Amino acid sequence: MIKNISLMVMIVMGGVSFANASGDSAYTLKKHEWPHDGPFGMFDKAALQRGLQVYKEVCSGCHSLDMVAFRELTALGYSTDEVKAFAGEYEFAAGLDDDGEEKFRKGLPQDYFPAPFASEEEARDSNNGALPPDFSLLGKSREHLSMFTPWNSIYGEDYIVGILTTYHEEAPHGVELAEGMYFNETFVGNQIAMAAPLFEDSVEYADGTSASVEQMAKDVATFMYWAAEPKMEARKKMGLKVIIFMSILTIMLYFVNKSVWKNVKNGKEFD
Amino acid sequence: MGSSGYEPKNKAVKWFEDQLPILGLIHGTLGAGYKAPRNLNYWWNFGSLAGFMLVVQIITGIILVMHYTPHVDMAFRAVEHIMRDVNYGWLLRYTHSNGASMFFVIVYIHILRGMYFGSYKSPREVLWFLGLVIYLLMMATGFMGYVLPWGQMSFWGATVITNLFGAFDFYDGMGESILHLLWGGFSVDNPTLQRFFSLHYLLPFVIVGVVILHIWALHLPGSNNPLGIDAKGPGDKIPFHPYYVAKDAFGLSFFIVIFAVFIFYLPNIMGHPDNYIEANPMVTPSHIVPEWYYLPFYTILKAVPDKLLGVVAMFGSILIFFVLPWLDGSKIRSAKFRPTTAFFFWLFLANTIFLGYLGTKLPDEIMINMGGGIDALTLGRISSVFYFAYFIVIVPMVSRFETTKPVPTSIAQAVLDAKKGA
Amino acid sequence: MTTNDQVEHEEEVTRRNFLYVASGVVGAVGVTSTVWPLVDQMNPSADVLALASVEVDLSSIPAGQTIKILWRGKPVFIRHRTADEIATAVADNTSDLKDPENDQLRAERPEWLIMVGVCTHLGCVPLDQRGDFNGWFCPCHGSHYDISGRIRKGPAPRNLEVPKYAFLNDTTVSIG
Repeated sequence: MIKNISLMVMIVMGGVSFANASGDSAYTLKKHEWPHDGPFGMFDKAALQRGLQVYKEVCSGCHSLDMVAFRELTALGYSTDEVKAFAGEYEFAAGLDDDGEEKFRKGLPQDYFPAPFASEEEARDSNNGALPPDFSLLGKSREHLSMFTPWNSIYGEDYIVGILTTYHEEAPHGVELAEGMYFNETFVGNQIAMAAPLFEDSVEYADGTSASVEQMAKDVATFMYWAAEPKMEARKKMGLKVIIFMSILTIMLYFVNKSVWKNVKNGKEFD
Repeated sequence: MGSSGYEPKNKAVKWFEDQLPILGLIHGTLGAGYKAPRNLNYWWNFGSLAGFMLVVQIITGIILVMHYTPHVDMAFRAVEHIMRDVNYGWLLRYTHSNGASMFFVIVYIHILRGMYFGSYKSPREVLWFLGLVIYLLMMATGFMGYVLPWGQMSFWGATVITNLFGAFDFYDGMGESILHLLWGGFSVDNPTLQRFFSLHYLLPFVIVGVVILHIWALHLPGSNNPLGIDAKGPGDKIPFHPYYVAKDAFGLSFFIVIFAVFIFYLPNIMGHPDNYIEANPMVTPSHIVPEWYYLPFYTILKAVPDKLLGVVAMFGSILIFFVLPWLDGSKIRSAKFRPTTAFFFWLFLANTIFLGYLGTKLPDEIMINMGGGIDALTLGRISSVFYFAYFIVIVPMVSRFETTKPVPTSIAQAVLDAKKGA
Repeated sequence: MTTNDQVEHEEEVTRRNFLYVASGVVGAVGVTSTVWPLVDQMNPSADVLALASVEVDLSSIPAGQTIKILWRGKPVFIRHRTADEIATAVADNTSDLKDPENDQLRAERPEWLIMVGVCTHLGCVPLDQRGDFNGWFCPCHGSHYDISGRIRKGPAPRNLEVPKYAFLNDTTVSIG
């Protein structure tokens, strides 16, 4: 039986090595270390706050964040009053007044981040026909996790940093860019409709961190991963408790089982 | 299910039991009243684990429905509402989505255990059929459940799978009529989502019904065992409670630890990232892959150049399990005493895993680079041919002509011999 | 069988029973903690809780007018009372009341009367400025409320409910 299992493993592993042989592109996405990696990793709150600033000052001109409400920003380390003030900087339509004129009101914590464009058509019209994707789930929807070959996994945060930091000012020799497209090493097909969005000191960080392109890219990637998976911290904390608890119970039940079977194993008890 | 011989001591319990003998039923099914072979190994834990997963899926599913809306404009957002706003919503949803995968892992092991130890052979053919019916119902339930979040993979998975039924185009327009019937429209759209939701809610309860029949059919001949021989003498069997209750409890607890690792630390590894993009009928994802548990059958579908024959081959690859009890002509059940059968069993398993692996590849992807290069499609065809050859040629031939090892006369004897030897 | 053997046997049985009981207890704790998320999911979710309190701008309500706003799925009446109305309400403190309550306790600032607009009889919404006491009148079963929202006549058992509220400044009140 053992021999057969090892044969099976060999065949499966063979399949994996075929896959590696077919790996083609010379470009590989750079992997970063994230404070929220691993079973104990939690979000870097300062990075989240800086990422929010980058989103608000740079990205939100084109990209919506439909699923995130202002109230959730307390998870970034803000107080409820700070969140209220943050929400208050936005304006929302509030129906019509008595004269039939449009009314506006200040944003409230329960409101969601407003979209920069009223419709998909308007968004495409302003962006050379391309639709800027919503940010709410990008951290997860650009991920490619591989269970059996984890080293081939592409993580959402790394991909976002890759997109933001691998623009070329000019397309390499021999590459014909379509009208209004830019060359990006990370993007599939290398032609992206978004112009490089980040430049040295695009934002002035409230906490004084120097705003290099890489720094801003990492901060906004952290923020976007939080937006996609806001319950990550609660999930990991509960997971630790559940696994420790269940491991103890499993060990106890192992001995219970052993003790129950003791007589049968010794051949004592026959029905 | 089976004679219980349950005699309550308490008067009130006896009064109740006389009018509704449900405790006796439980006693005779999962309690001391059910006598099981004394030599069951840990592969026999997977039946009760599958039952546990069915319960987990039904409980978490009913709860998710409390917060979900089956409408194309709201479904995607409703799932995110569960993930973000509902108390413990993320836990319930991740448990349900990973639970589906776990359920399939367990059921696959359960089926393979049955194949290896010959549990499908007489007198357990009906038991085997009922298990296969459960498996088919699970496939349908899993597929429809995957559509409900209304992401890109939901939508395009639904489109591709429903289109399979369009292959039954025996007279002009028939295929299209079938599709319109399935969709409730001219493409996968809101009516499709709503009927899938309805059926996804219904089918698990049908599964519960078939599971009860499955257990009933199990208890008449009794459990098979690793030796595959009938439990005859009194020394061959022991009461289910406490022995197998303790063993199942330990197995369950151990399984939950593994399940928890997926829920809490790898919740998205079995899913597909494109399903975090809302369904868009205008854009097909670059690479459509079904859930992992359908992958081997998906490769068989892709391997056949003709649409109708491909669909027939795909369904055939599952339905062929129904005739396995007759394809196997051996008088011995367990592959322990059938070395050639065992060898081909492992080869079959490896080939099926390889088929699944090929399912994730594009057909023209070069898999082995030796001069010319062999693409995934060619390998898929070779693997598919082996898959069917296993059932149609290998099992019938090997089971009738192989040289078998001597089979022990009784379970008790084998257990004692093993003890002496060790 | 010697005594020594018996003692050893008994010790083993005790140890075994302890193991069974302990496992049972730990298992029960596990099951109980699993049940909590299944129950708690039915409690109001984060987006619902976010709407649990509303802020109302009072500056645009002239004296003698009532506005109705929706709060936690129920109507809330906010009446800007005139000096006359306040005087009537205070004078009625000593009248024969079914559910005696001083007007001063029902309105933190006398000019602003804030109440849940649900009749305490069977849940209908009373009409503004109707009834025998120029307060509210419930059309369903004829309950009359005065200008402090107190029940004066009809089947309703209690005064209209005053929700928790706080004035953030002179023109803004936060309800809930």
